[in-house]
Amino acid sequence: MILDGKAPTGPIETAWDRYRFETKLVNPANKRKYKILMVGTGLAGGAGAATLGELGYNVESFCYQDSPRRAHSIAAQGGINAAKNYPNDADSIRRLFYDTVKGGDFRSREADVWRLSQVSNNIIDQCVAQGVPFARDYAGYLDTRSFGGAQVSRTFYARGQTGQQLLLGAYSALSRQIKAGTVKMHTRREMLDLVVVDGVARGITVRNLVTGEVESHWGDAVCLATGGYINVFYLSTNAMGCSVTANWKAVKKGAYFANPCYTQIHPTCIPVAGEYQSKLTLMSESLRNDGRIWVPKKAGDKRPANEIPEDERDYYLETKYPAFGNLVPRDVASRNAKQMTDANRGVGASGLAVYLDYRDAIGRVGENTIKERYGNLFDMYEKITDDNAYKQPMRIYPAPHYCMGGLWVDYNLQSNVPGLFVLGEANFSVHGANRLGASALMQGLSDGYFVIPYTIGGYLQTVIPGEVKTDHPAFKESIAQVEEQSKKLLSINGKRTVLEFHRDLGKILWDNVGMARSKESLNKALQEIPQLREEFWKNVKVTGSGNELNQQLENAGRVADFLEFAEVLTLDALNREESCGGHFRVESQTAEGEAMRDDENFTYAAAWEYKGEGKAPELHKEPLKFENIHLAQRSYK
Amino acid sequence: MDLTLHVWRQKGPKDTGKLETYKVTGVDSDQSFLEMLDVLNEDLIKANKEPVVFDHDCREGICGMCSQVINGRPHGPHEETTVCQLHMRRFKDGDEIFVEPWRAKAFPIIKDLIVDRSALEKIMQAGGYVSCRTGGTPDANTHPIGKPIADYAMDAAECIGCGACVAGCPNSSAMLYTSAKVAQLAVQPQGKVEAKARVKNMTDAMQAEGFGNCTNHLECQASCPKGISVKFIAKLNREYLKTIAG
Amino acid sequence: MHLLQSTVGRKILMAVTGLLLVGFITMHLLGNLSVFAGPDGINAYAEHLHSLGPLVWVFRLIMLVLFVVHITLGIQLSLENRTATPTNYAIKNRLKTTFSSESMLYTGLILLAFLIYHLLHFTVQITNPELSANHLPLDAAMRPDVFTMVVLSFQKVFISLVYIVGMIALFLHLTHGLSSFVQTFGWNNGPSQEKVTLGSKLVAVGFLLAYVAIPVFVLAHFVKI
Ligand SMILES: Cc1cc2nc3c(=O)[nH]c(=O)nc-3n(C[C@H](O)[C@H](O)[C@H](O)COP(=O)(O)OP(=O)(O)OC[C@H]3O[C@@H](n4cnc5c(N)ncnc54)[C@H](O)[C@@H]3O)c2cc1C
Ligand code: HEM
Ligand code: HEM
Ligand code: SF4
Ligand code: F3S
Ligand code: FES
Repeated sequence: MILDGKAPTGPIETAWDRYRFETKLVNPANKRKYKILMVGTGLAGGAGAATLGELGYNVESFCYQDSPRRAHSIAAQGGINAAKNYPNDADSIRRLFYDTVKGGDFRSREADVWRLSQVSNNIIDQCVAQGVPFARDYAGYLDTRSFGGAQVSRTFYARGQTGQQLLLGAYSALSRQIKAGTVKMHTRREMLDLVVVDGVARGITVRNLVTGEVESHWGDAVCLATGGYINVFYLSTNAMGCSVTANWKAVKKGAYFANPCYTQIHPTCIPVAGEYQSKLTLMSESLRNDGRIWVPKKAGDKRPANEIPEDERDYYLETKYPAFGNLVPRDVASRNAKQMTDANRGVGASGLAVYLDYRDAIGRVGENTIKERYGNLFDMYEKITDDNAYKQPMRIYPAPHYCMGGLWVDYNLQSNVPGLFVLGEANFSVHGANRLGASALMQGLSDGYFVIPYTIGGYLQTVIPGEVKTDHPAFKESIAQVEEQSKKLLSINGKRTVLEFHRDLGKILWDNVGMARSKESLNKALQEIPQLREEFWKNVKVTGSGNELNQQLENAGRVADFLEFAEVLTLDALNREESCGGHFRVESQTAEGEAMRDDENFTYAAAWEYKGEGKAPELHKEPLKFENIHLAQRSYK
Repeated sequence: MDLTLHVWRQKGPKDTGKLETYKVTGVDSDQSFLEMLDVLNEDLIKANKEPVVFDHDCREGICGMCSQVINGRPHGPHEETTVCQLHMRRFKDGDEIFVEPWRAKAFPIIKDLIVDRSALEKIMQAGGYVSCRTGGTPDANTHPIGKPIADYAMDAAECIGCGACVAGCPNSSAMLYTSAKVAQLAVQPQGKVEAKARVKNMTDAMQAEGFGNCTNHLECQASCPKGISVKFIAKLNREYLKTIAG
Repeated sequence: MHLLQSTVGRKILMAVTGLLLVGFITMHLLGNLSVFAGPDGINAYAEHLHSLGPLVWVFRLIMLVLFVVHITLGIQLSLENRTATPTNYAIKNRLKTTFSSESMLYTGLILLAFLIYHLLHFTVQITNPELSANHLPLDAAMRPDVFTMVVLSFQKVFISLVYIVGMIALFLHLTHGLSSFVQTFGWNNGPSQEKVTLGSKLVAVGFLLAYVAIPVFVLAHFVKI
């Protein structure tokens, strides 16, 4: 089936304005009659719930943590983009739009990206009004820094905790609505099923993580803002609780999963230390503003960094990409790091790392300025590695970080299932095959504050409020289903723990579906994943019971979903016989080893439909048209 | 290294819990404290025992989920470090380590090391915000804010809402947590408008939720993984005095 | 009224009353030190005080209110703090809390006890009538002989001990109390914290030495009739 993105036609500059004028409005008096379920309280969900509540809708919000403020958006460090052009360096909505489409390697929907660029400025205004303490210059005006994939300085930041501050801003707006009674907050609830009645999303089923009780909730619309699935790699920069579960359950109820193979491996993370490692920590991309990345020229050079003379150091990004240097996009930076370590030129005990060096920057602007800019990141690095990065270069290595893929949505952020909307990292919309730094925060807040409040109205005014409620048999069914799965997991009582299975799955994906993917490696993964899944259902051990707080059971459910989802991810990677953005097929590269797209055959979004256990998912395509930017081979040289 | 853990085990809110002793061996000094507990849990599961449950999520010191009192110190012995960022190199072979949950009337224990911190939410909901509507806001550069003020606000805003200040305070007062938000908003022009109502409502909420009163023990700052300064409590007091001045 | 219910409001009342009480004990100390000037010192002072007539009672009333407010709030806050902290940790490991800050209620109560004794002793003069100014002959200048009363009293080791204990309680109470009210009034910009803590220690020590000097010097016969 050919999918329709429902993007407005005509001049892109005015598309969003025209859309807003043309979509029918919900009568203010009726708004409170509509109940909207918002799953997720990150930037997207938090901002969305707060804004919808403020508009007068009756909102119920869910998250698995004990507070909405703990959503993983909190961990974002570097910054958020906006086309304010405050530095007067020739930035504009069009340039942000251009950079984002190009950065995404021409695999995103133009109209959505333009809208994002357009509202980016309102986001900064909104956050400042909330009291978000952005970095400022001595004159008291907002400061910006540069990020990968852009030649203008458009990234606003709050020390090394931009995501935290933006989320706390959204959280404060949410708290205000909770107080006002327009939003009802359900914390420590995990969504374990989507309730669909006659093809329309009508509610969700959640597990109360404290009591174990399985509850269902009805809503006139369901919004998923449940974040990314990159934890499918086990080791990633995401939080331990991040999962694909909410999205995957929706897929099993008919929603399409788009571009699952578009995963982002972040170039600057702290390398793995040992077997017990439970997560990887990101060192913000902003570090590449002043840090210089290098490896020894000689293979197998084990001398400590400061004993390696200048002329024996290879600042490979600067030599290879003079124009962007250390600020090339993430996919490029990561792939080059891998090439170095593959060539046995990696550093550190494991040899799986490259240097990020501040010596020259400190020489240039002094240690204090560097402290000012990155102090907390250097501290974090020292806490974890026990090394002082002011004295010796940081060791960094790429790590799974973000996923561009997500549930397929149209211009309204509505999935193919009517009544199911998807916001933030959970959808696939704007980043194409690679996300530029500081653009995910922008997307989350744009979706939450400025897009969903308009688009959801267009849908709601077509439905009768409260038409289907929890007394409908579909809800009982759903609850039964969820309880069934818990029982099953608890009954297996095998030999291996959930964590061991997750670790194995991660290894399969990292080795075969990681930074460089080939037909062989992908087929290998497609063999191993089902085997692992089979073993999981025979041999997993989950202690405790279902009607109590049981973290083993929570994780088991998440890993079970990863085990199914990983296969679709790999299939998508196999299907896409081109290299684009975060997806690199060794079969498809230029003479210099750069990613090579195949626009002829792959200028489309791949949306996968679940066909039931043991059945191959069906591929649906949304052709991508580029009318405002002409397709070009991406170059950062 | 080999360690002896004394971990608080409590089946549920009603259960009177107790400290259980566990031996962990071959701990790597590069492991984080939580990774050490992960290993313990793997062993417990394999031995058909209930693993220890504890709150955690980001494991990089920013979400505020992790919450353990280690040897009497909220978030453990290393200053300005959350449990998830606490590494085993801070301990030495043969150490005895006591692991307990936050203890305060306002934080009822749910299970083992997990407590219910929703009382902190209520404080925020009482006024931890600027009441601006989405959309109707001026350009971000309309009001210049001096760098010193912006930095001061940021210092306060770093609070991760973990509750260690309460766990450390001899009075179980949430004053540091509350003051951090009051101060962050009070110094910025956007927040000044509602400053008086905010300080009243938030401190009243703190009291209503069963937290203690601040008698300036200053223990909270020493317990805070972000080193939030008690100068913000002084700031809160100043803001409160303004409300009396009318 | 909000002030009397609010957690911060009551703190501020504690601080204000506490501070005024500090003001009193400062005046009182200066007055008392006049024992070292012999009968003509303190007797004149006492005479002068009593000559104020009704004013004395106004003053006493204010003092009473201060004490009542300070004490009731102090006890109230402390009890609330106790209920807020039902269980202790297996290992107590505090970095900033001091003995003085943790014992405010107790040092306060000791002070209260001391006060009651003190008033019965010197003001109402029923604990040791035999050496109370009311029974003693008027001094050379025909004034109540407070000086003799004080000296005779402190020659009794027991009485001196009671006072010394009271003074130590006061010292501990003020060590935290003084720095505490600075914080309560919001005078803390971060760096000043250390200085304030040190400062209040010094002041508290000052009060201790000055007050204790009186019984000690009497015991040591530096001051005699
Ligand atoms: C370490 C790190 C640094 C980053 N730095 C930057 C940066 O500098 N700039 C930038 O632009 N982007 C950055 N990103 C990316 C960006 O932070 C995220 O993409 C974005 O915050 C995602 O927001 P979200 O609202 O979509 O999801 P999240 O913030 O992840 O929120 C997910 C929400 O869904 C809830 N949830 C999930 N599953 C369920 C379920 N089954 N049931 C109930 N609730 C559920 C969770 O409780 C949570 O509330 C970074 C990401 C990471 C990991
Ligand atoms: C060595 C220490 C002290 C000495 C020698 C001393 C001496 C006296 C004397 C002689 C009087 C009676 C004055 C009069 O009625 O003419 C008096 C009254 C009083 N003292 Fe002290 N005092 C001492 C310490 C204190 C302290 C520490 C406090 C407070 C905490 C205190 C509080 C009072 C009060 C409230 C009165 C009653 C004043 C009044 O009558 O209105 N005294 N003291
Ligand atoms: C001469 C007598 C007294 C003086 C000078 C005095 C002084 C002070 C001061 C300055 C404070 C600090 C207030 C603040 O925290 O800002 C204080 C606190 C306190 N006082 Fe007193 N006080 C006296 C008597 C008492 C008595 C008799 C009690 C009896 C219970 C008492 C109980 C307390 C308590 C519990 C506190 C702690 C409250 C807090 O720290 O905020 N005090 N006192
Ligand atoms: S003030 Fe510090 S200790 Fe208290 S909640 Fe915030 S971060 Fe945690
Ligand atoms: S320790 Fe407690 S008493 Fe006040 S200064 Fe901190 S809240
Ligand atoms: S787990 Fe997030 S702060 Fe420790």
